[in-house]
Amino acid sequence: MAVQLTARQLGWLKGALFVLALLPLARMVVLTVTGQLVEPLEFITRGTGDWTLYLLTVTLAITPLRRLTGWNWLVKLRRMAGLYVFFYGLLHFLTFLWFDHFFDVQEMWKDVLKRPFITVGFIAFVLLIPLAVTSTNGMMRRMGGKAWQRLHQLIYLIAPLAVLHFWWMKAGKHLLGQPILFAGIFGGLLLFRLRGKFAKAAKLA
Amino acid sequence: MLIKRSPNGIELPFSSEITPRAVYEGRRDFIRQLAVGAIGSAALMEMAQREAFAQGVRPKLAGKLNPAYSALDKPTPYKDATSYNNFYEFGTDKSEPAMYAGSLKTHPWTVGIEGEVKKPMTLDLDSLLKLAPLEERVYRLRCVEGWSMVIPWVGYSFSEIMKKVEPTSNAKYVEFISLADKKQMPGVGSRVLDWPYTEGLRIDEAAHPLALLTLGMYGEVLPNQNGAPVRMVLPWKYGFKSAKSIVKIRFVREQPRTSWNLSAPNEYGFYSNVNPEVDHPRWSQASERRIGEDGFLARKRKTLMFNGYADVAPLYAGMDLKKFY
Repeated sequence: MAVQLTARQLGWLKGALFVLALLPLARMVVLTVTGQLVEPLEFITRGTGDWTLYLLTVTLAITPLRRLTGWNWLVKLRRMAGLYVFFYGLLHFLTFLWFDHFFDVQEMWKDVLKRPFITVGFIAFVLLIPLAVTSTNGMMRRMGGKAWQRLHQLIYLIAPLAVLHFWWMKAGKHLLGQPILFAGIFGGLLLFRLRGKFAKAAKLA
Repeated sequence: MLIKRSPNGIELPFSSEITPRAVYEGRRDFIRQLAVGAIGSAALMEMAQREAFAQGVRPKLAGKLNPAYSALDKPTPYKDATSYNNFYEFGTDKSEPAMYAGSLKTHPWTVGIEGEVKKPMTLDLDSLLKLAPLEERVYRLRCVEGWSMVIPWVGYSFSEIMKKVEPTSNAKYVEFISLADKKQMPGVGSRVLDWPYTEGLRIDEAAHPLALLTLGMYGEVLPNQNGAPVRMVLPWKYGFKSAKSIVKIRFVREQPRTSWNLSAPNEYGFYSNVNPEVDHPRWSQASERRIGEDGFLARKRKTLMFNGYADVAPLYAGMDLKKFY
């Protein structure tokens, strides 16, 4: 059954999601400020990375979920979800620049170029920037729907890079449960989309 | 030096920082009340009390401070040193050993010493405690992950054990094997490492006076999460080289196959000496963060060769430490 939402209801939902997505950050801040963490810098570095992946999952799940349920309003939540991916990704990058290198950009570059797991993470983050910048209605209009969509398909490159970054980070200790889970989810969501495309192509033929 | 010395060890100025133990005791109290109130079984109550003793109130274990082997760095708060641990037998998260190591039974405990020795023997804890005079040594601890602590340990040089068992001329290496009991150690079910946890040293490394057979820390017997009841501490090597909860020590001819080296040979070598010039493949080892001291507003501090224990350098004379990492 297709659930319809009024503009007002959608507004509330957006507001609620906006606050909800800030809670992980709030938790990190509170635990740090109240001195409950032995090593807050590690906790924040990992936490911001984890939440980038969680929110990326949410963002990528919106279109399949919309197709499955017919809840078209879900697409109106996608921009915020995507921007939160960028937000936590940016925080994650800043923790790396701050905690690991204390803002020594030259040292940071060395690390980025030397270590594959950082290289792929860095590329994934950089690729998020144009998506965040072009997320406004104005940019969408200026670019035109087709070009905008093509640009935003970068997410299908970003998601595997992010998983690879996580995978390589965990590989040293063979803790691959979570990376495999994310790879599975992203792979599944991608397959769902491809299937939809093929079905459309078949119909046209 | 921020710790006060007294004739039989140190007096710790940390009483305000020992809150986690209150938490522990609270939890044990709860278990005890549960046992008494809900079930009312005398046996259960006794068990709960024994548990409370095991983790809540740690018996004192004093050692005479050995100034020659004591770093002048500020000791890490007890709370941090006992709640931020790598002890995969109790889980891979650093908070898990403190949460789950309560199930480890450290009494009775024996350590079998065997292999290429003239006098193989099995020592219980009492014999270990009496084997040589206990010393207190404040050592820097550098984890391979890039953080460090400073811990006052209680124990004696491992060479004291060697004097007792008398290794033969065939003994070229020493292998340390930790307990691996699924019933007591929830992490042993995981496939992160091949159990039991196995570590090793070349015999001359083991004989170096810095190599400490350790029974206590902060003037008390070792907390379970820190490798109770007996562990090694090798301050010039990355922390994982110091085997915890040791049940067997073997003197052998061949270089032992050690757990982390088996798991990821390109990341963790047999020697694993602290070396700022040899990177871990995923991060630099040139600097470190001192737990409880270095925070948001400080650049990480420089890591010292052999963690600052230059005494051990002759052990590696002529060796290419980039190759033998």
